[in-house]
Amino acid sequence: MTIPPWLDDFLWTYGNLINALGVNGLLALSMYVVLSVGQLSLGQAAFMGLGAYSSALMTLQLKLPFFVVLPASCLLPVAFALAIGIPTLRLSGVYLAIATIGLGEVLRAVYLNLDMVGGALGLNGIPEKAQTWMIFSLLIVAVAGLWLVARSRIGRAMEAMREDTTAAAVMGINVGRYQLGALVTSAVLAGIAGCLSAHQSSFIGPNEYGFEPAVTILSFALLGGIGTPIAPVIGAWILTLLPEMLRGFSDLRLVFNGLIIVGAVLFLPRGLIGWRMRRRGA
Amino acid sequence: MLAQQLVNGVLLGATYALFALGFTLMFGVLRVINLTYGFYFTAGAFLSLLLTARFGLSIALALPLAAIGAGVIAVVIDWALLTRLRRKQAPELASLMVTLGGVLALYSAMTAWLGPDIRRLPPGLISADAIVLWGLRVTAAQFLILGATSVLVAALLVLLRGTRLGLALRAMAERPDAAGLMGINTGRAAALVSFMSGTLAGAGGVLIGLNFNAIQPFMGESMMLRGFVVIIVGGLGDVRGALIAGLALGIIEVLTAGYVSSNLKEAVAFMILVAVLWTRPQGLFGRSVVRRA
Repeated sequence: MTIPPWLDDFLWTYGNLINALGVNGLLALSMYVVLSVGQLSLGQAAFMGLGAYSSALMTLQLKLPFFVVLPASCLLPVAFALAIGIPTLRLSGVYLAIATIGLGEVLRAVYLNLDMVGGALGLNGIPEKAQTWMIFSLLIVAVAGLWLVARSRIGRAMEAMREDTTAAAVMGINVGRYQLGALVTSAVLAGIAGCLSAHQSSFIGPNEYGFEPAVTILSFALLGGIGTPIAPVIGAWILTLLPEMLRGFSDLRLVFNGLIIVGAVLFLPRGLIGWRMRRRGA
Repeated sequence: MLAQQLVNGVLLGATYALFALGFTLMFGVLRVINLTYGFYFTAGAFLSLLLTARFGLSIALALPLAAIGAGVIAVVIDWALLTRLRRKQAPELASLMVTLGGVLALYSAMTAWLGPDIRRLPPGLISADAIVLWGLRVTAAQFLILGATSVLVAALLVLLRGTRLGLALRAMAERPDAAGLMGINTGRAAALVSFMSGTLAGAGGVLIGLNFNAIQPFMGESMMLRGFVVIIVGGLGDVRGALIAGLALGIIEVLTAGYVSSNLKEAVAFMILVAVLWTRPQGLFGRSVVRRA
């Protein structure tokens, strides 16, 4: 396949930005899955970091091929999601939120101090094996899959739980199982996003998966809204493109992301794209 | 050697307990996990830096003033972020998200304004000499920590247990709407709790800033990890639990750093958190959790 020269130029200039759109879209979806069952996990960045570091080690140390590394990158995030999710989901929602914020802080300290993952320097020279088409195919598959789930019986159960967990449980929905399923799915999505981003930027460092990215990922989903799976992706794209257009304000990017969360919760609880899934008979 | 480690651990733990006390008080009375809490810690540390370095105050004056300043900041932030949600009786996760967005904005604005560098308190602010008692070294900063935390904790306990105001706050913790119906001005009480919590966090910030002599905008964020561990291990909203768990965490951290590796302190703290969640989610000293519909 030959690429026309204008497209080649375009990709060369904006390739990283385009890939970031895809990766951030996956991260926004991973946030959406948890929010859509009425829980709040702030471990998305931590799960992403686990995926990124474990996949980078598999590529660099074990020399595994990428088609093995990519699916394997979600193993560690899922293990952590289970270790934290099983005890906390029995309790009120604040426990999951607290434990997942803590996870991000702790993993940052671990990466910083562990020589095997390069300490403060991070890991360099990860081969750039994640192609743009892979990132976007996975994003499309994820949106489509979550769309089908949201339209199904499961989607109705999820929405019922989000509106009123107790009422949903009384109606016979196994709340705990759905919540854990959602957390595991979100860990898978974040782990894969981490693997993809590590294998397209060639460098990963301990500070990329801490508190600030965790909150930024939440701002993606809250800006877009969680009525449909496409909404958080659009939120992520807006918040990825905006700083590119307002370069002078790069210092204030995180201030802006924080204020978006405040504004969205206080004044725009359905997000920018407020429409909800239409279902037969609904 | 071990005795010395224990002394250091208890003194570090005292600041953790002080910090977590305000956090758990805020949750206990206001039913909100307020993540801006870590910012009051940062604010206290920076205010003490401003008061001592710019205005040349002594630490004896700067400590209470910075703590009160952090308390005032806490009242303003609580009012700006949470009044509306409280009126709507919004779910607890909504308030958690608002404070999360708020605290990211606050830290980042502060970093953009003051820079991410570590700042130091003016030299000679507190005597660097240590006093040796029965072979144990205790620095002047550590004495200050011990004195300040004892006074603040005692004052808080007297207030909660021995005054009408404390009774009103405990009534609010039990049932906010019923407390309102009984004639308690819940809005004013909420502001007061924010002020007290902010003061405790601010005092913690000054003391930790003094102890490690490193002040930086995001310092409150790494402190929050200790806050989470302490309030979950002690039981959410449990004042006595926070005191005990705070002291225990300080001792465990110092022992881990001394005998295993200082790189593992955060990981050990977090493993304790997860282990408690698995085995005793109501906290080590809590009653069993009743889920409210």
